[in-house]
Parts: sequence; structure tokens; C-alpha cells
Amino acid sequence: MSHHATVQKQLAAAEKRTFWTRRRREQLAGWLFIAPEVIGMLVLAVFPLVFSLGLSLTEWNLVGGLSAIKFIGLDNFAELFRDDRFLKALKNNIGFTAGTVPATMLLGVVFAAIIHKKLYFKDFFKVAFFVPYICSTVAVSAVWSALYHPSKGPLNQMLIHLGISDPPRWLVDTSWSLVAIMVIYIWQLLGYQIIIFLAGMTNIPDELYEAATIDGATGFQQFRRITLPLLGPTTFFLAITSTISSFKVFDMIKFLTNGGPNYSSTVIVYQIYEEGFQHFRMGYASAMSWVLFLIIMLVTSLTWITQSRKVHY
Amino acid sequence: MTIRKIKLGPIVLTVLFGALSIFFLLPLVWMMSAASKTEKEVWTFPIQWIPKDWHFAQNFKTVWMGDVSFGLFYMNSVKIALISTLATLIVSAMAGYALSKLKFTGKGLVFSAMMAFMMIPEQATLVPRYIMIKEMGLYDTHAALIVMGMFSSYFTFLLRQFMIGVHNDLLEAAELDGAGFYRIFWSVMLPLSRPILATVGIIKFIWTWNDYQGPLIMLNSTNLYTIPLGMQFFKEEFGTTISVMMMASLAAIIPLLVLFLVLQKQVIKGISIGGVKG
Repeated sequence: MSHHATVQKQLAAAEKRTFWTRRRREQLAGWLFIAPEVIGMLVLAVFPLVFSLGLSLTEWNLVGGLSAIKFIGLDNFAELFRDDRFLKALKNNIGFTAGTVPATMLLGVVFAAIIHKKLYFKDFFKVAFFVPYICSTVAVSAVWSALYHPSKGPLNQMLIHLGISDPPRWLVDTSWSLVAIMVIYIWQLLGYQIIIFLAGMTNIPDELYEAATIDGATGFQQFRRITLPLLGPTTFFLAITSTISSFKVFDMIKFLTNGGPNYSSTVIVYQIYEEGFQHFRMGYASAMSWVLFLIIMLVTSLTWITQSRKVHY
Repeated sequence: MTIRKIKLGPIVLTVLFGALSIFFLLPLVWMMSAASKTEKEVWTFPIQWIPKDWHFAQNFKTVWMGDVSFGLFYMNSVKIALISTLATLIVSAMAGYALSKLKFTGKGLVFSAMMAFMMIPEQATLVPRYIMIKEMGLYDTHAALIVMGMFSSYFTFLLRQFMIGVHNDLLEAAELDGAGFYRIFWSVMLPLSRPILATVGIIKFIWTWNDYQGPLIMLNSTNLYTIPLGMQFFKEEFGTTISVMMMASLAAIIPLLVLFLVLQKQVIKGISIGGVKG
């Protein structure tokens, strides 16, 4: 008889004949332990999602109280696609993702590979690149806004010094504001990408590299033929999560530009904030929330479908 | 060929990367330097990295001993971050224990549902949650932030993954000694899960400390502000006085920086677990 079965038998023998058998007590305990989390999820995630779908079909200014709710069907969604500010936000979000996700992932994997294979003081480099990720986004935004100062900021002073007489005015320039924010975002996120790629790399067996070295493969060949293919799951994870995070960017936008100048740096979450919490147009803001939710679902499922065939776990 | 064998490459690369990492950290070095300068010296070019006119004490006083003190924002942040972290650990550990070690009807369903909920972005439910918090009378209270921050299917998932690895023999031994499920959870499971609890706790603390969106939407009174909102407040008061702003940024960053440098192994491990298994 196995050890496990013996224990079970002893436990059963110890059990008195009551209504509260061991199985029933375990059922109750299971539900009691899971209850807070389940209630929290239902109240703070599932119900709000459904509630927001309902609200998106209404016109409701919070200031007017509950009696001011008016059902208007899909009008909010129709309005969204005629709303220049929202379309601008959508476009900015896509540009933001296209600019930041490939850049952080590419830099992340290259830096991680160098740190992993070629450097002394690995721990120092991990920490150095990770520091911005730990820092409050609002605080680092304050720092960068000074660096970006159009006339007096160190960045433009340096550019002028290098002979560029008319450098961009960064955060107050319609064609540069979003780019300027993307630079801060990449700077802050790079360390995270490096850490995740490093974690993936430590799972690749050393024997593969040893065999490749014996066969005379160069460092770059090893990176291309061994490291990159075996990082499939990590790359997949980062592609999904970074795309989703880039669609949720808000803190920097709110603190640095309030979406401006002239909506050049506005994004969907900022629009939700502005419509919902400044104009109190709850129905319209909810319609935007649902567009955001659908985009994120789409990204997740698309990445999943296209990658599940290629990734080797 | 022989030169490459003595690994000159890594030494050169380490030096190059050292320079790169310093360049990477320059914005933060600039912040520390500017926080100690007079406003005039902040903008001199070429940059005067070590201040000539040491102004640290004056800037410190403006930030910490002004009409609205940064100290108040600090106390609020510490309170909210500590309580949220503790509450998250308790709720998630309880759920993790149930999902890893207890048998009950509907367990599979609950687990799959929780994995699905992870995909609901917080930003998509801001409006209804704000309305609910208002209806519950919690608007403009710290309780609103704590309640909204204490449930996390992500942390529950991490804790469950760890707890699955805890040997059943230990739990059975405790049961033979007469411990019930509650006792086993408290006296066996929690102590054994200390490493993962520490990791999750640190990450949750960092996220809560840096959260800006939640307080921005849920708080109104200045005396309830957390540090990120305090930064916003300072921007409106002192936005043009960069040396003071940099002192405030330094104040916002320093505690987490110290925490991170002391506990870097756990923080990095915590972030990695999420990335590899998530």
C-alpha cells in the first residue's frame, strides 16, 4: 500500500461520523478561501465590463443624475467614427505601438544577449537598465520635460551646439510631441524587456552553445540560429503584453501634454479620461472603453492564432 | 586568434556597455544634480554636473516644509501601498491555496474564468468603477483605492503556481496532527510560501506606490493625495521652478530606488516569473 493511501485511510479512520465529513469540510473551505477573490473579480471586473456595455448604449451626463440616462442604441459608436479627436487618438495609439514595441523588443533582445554571454558584472547591468522601470512614471516624466525644454533644455542646447540651429520643440511641437513621449516610454520599458529576455535565455541549455562553438559558429550565428529561435515563447509573451501595455499608455500623456498640442499626442485612454472624468459624458466614454477592450481582445487572439503555429514550446 | 582566446572581447564590451549604461542613466543623474542647484545653474550649458552653488537645503525645504508638505503625500502613499499590498497578499494567497490544494465543486470553472478575467484591461472599466465607488460613498477616500487594488487574478495565479509545488506530505502531516484547513493555511502554507509572498508583495508595493491613474480619478482632496498626484500638484505650483520639481521627483523616486537596490534579486526574480510562465 502506498504512503498516500495509508495516510488517507488513517485520516478517514480519525473522522467521526458527523454531517461534516472530511469531503464536506474541504468543499466548504475551498469556497470560503476562494470567495473574496471571486467576489472581487465579479464586482470589480465582470460587472463593470457588462455595466459599461450597457452605458455605451446611452447618453448620460453624470451631473444630471440617474434620471438623465437616455437610451440611444449604437449612436455613440457611430459618433466615435466621425469624431476627429477619437480617430486621431486611435491613429496615435497605433503609431505609438508600431514605434515602441519593435524598438523595445529589438533593443531588449540584443542587449540581453550581450549581457548574458559577453559581459562581466552581469548583475550590475541588469540593475542599471532596470532602474527607470522602478521609478515613478510621473517623476521621470517631470525630469524629461525639463530635458526637453525647447530653448533652455540640455537636449536642445546640445543640438544647437552641434550645429542644428532650429531643433524640434519636442513636447510643444505637433509633429514631435508623440515621438518625444515614445522616447521616454522606450527608455523606461527597456529594462523590463531585458530582464524578461534574460530570463528566457537562462532556460536555453549551455550544451547547445558549446556544440555550436566546437562547430565553429560565430557569436552572431549562435545568436541567430540558437538564441532567437529558442526564445519563441518569451518573444510571444512580450509581443502580446507590450502591445497591450502600449494601448493603455496614459500617465505620461496626462502629465506631460494633456494630449496636446492640438491633439497630436492624444490616445484612447486619455480620451476616455477626458470624456468621462472631465466632461462626465459617461455613455460616450463607455463606448470608447469598449472599443479599447475589443482592440485588446483582437490583439490577444490574433497574436495567439498566428503564433501558436510557429512557436515551439 | 589567441587574443580572442584570452577574451579581450568581453572586457572591451563590458567597458562599452558600462559607458552605454551611464548614458542611459543620465536623465536620473541630471535630476539629482538639478535638485541641488539654483534655478539659474540648472540651465547653464555645458551642464555643470557638480553644482557650484550648493542649493540642496533650500530646495529640500521648499518641497518638504512648504504650505502643502510632501511629507503628507508620503504618509498617504505609505499607508495605501502597505494596506493594498497586505490585502492583496491575503486575498490572493487564500485563493491560491484553494486553487492549488483544495478539492471543491466548480474549481476548474473558477480557475478558467479567472484566467479570462486577466484579459479585461483596467482602463476599459474605469467609468463604471468610478460610478460604483461614488454610489458606495467611497469617492475621495483612501478606501476606494484599497478596495480597487486588492484583487488580482495575476498575483493569485503566481501564488497558485508556487503552492502547487508545496509537498502534500507536509499538509497531510499537519492534518494528522489535527489541524483543520484554516490552520493548515495559516501555519503551514503561508510560512512555506514566504519567498513567493515576498516577491509578489514587493512588486505590488512598487505598482501601488507609482500608480497615478487610480488616485487621479478617485481622489479630490489635496490632503488625501499620494506621491504621483503630489507631483501633479507640484507641477501646477512650481512647474516653472525646475530645481524644485527635480527635488520633488527625487523624493518620489528615492524610497523605491533604495527598496529596489536592497531587494533587487527578489524584484528581478518576480518580474521574470511573470514573463516566463505568464
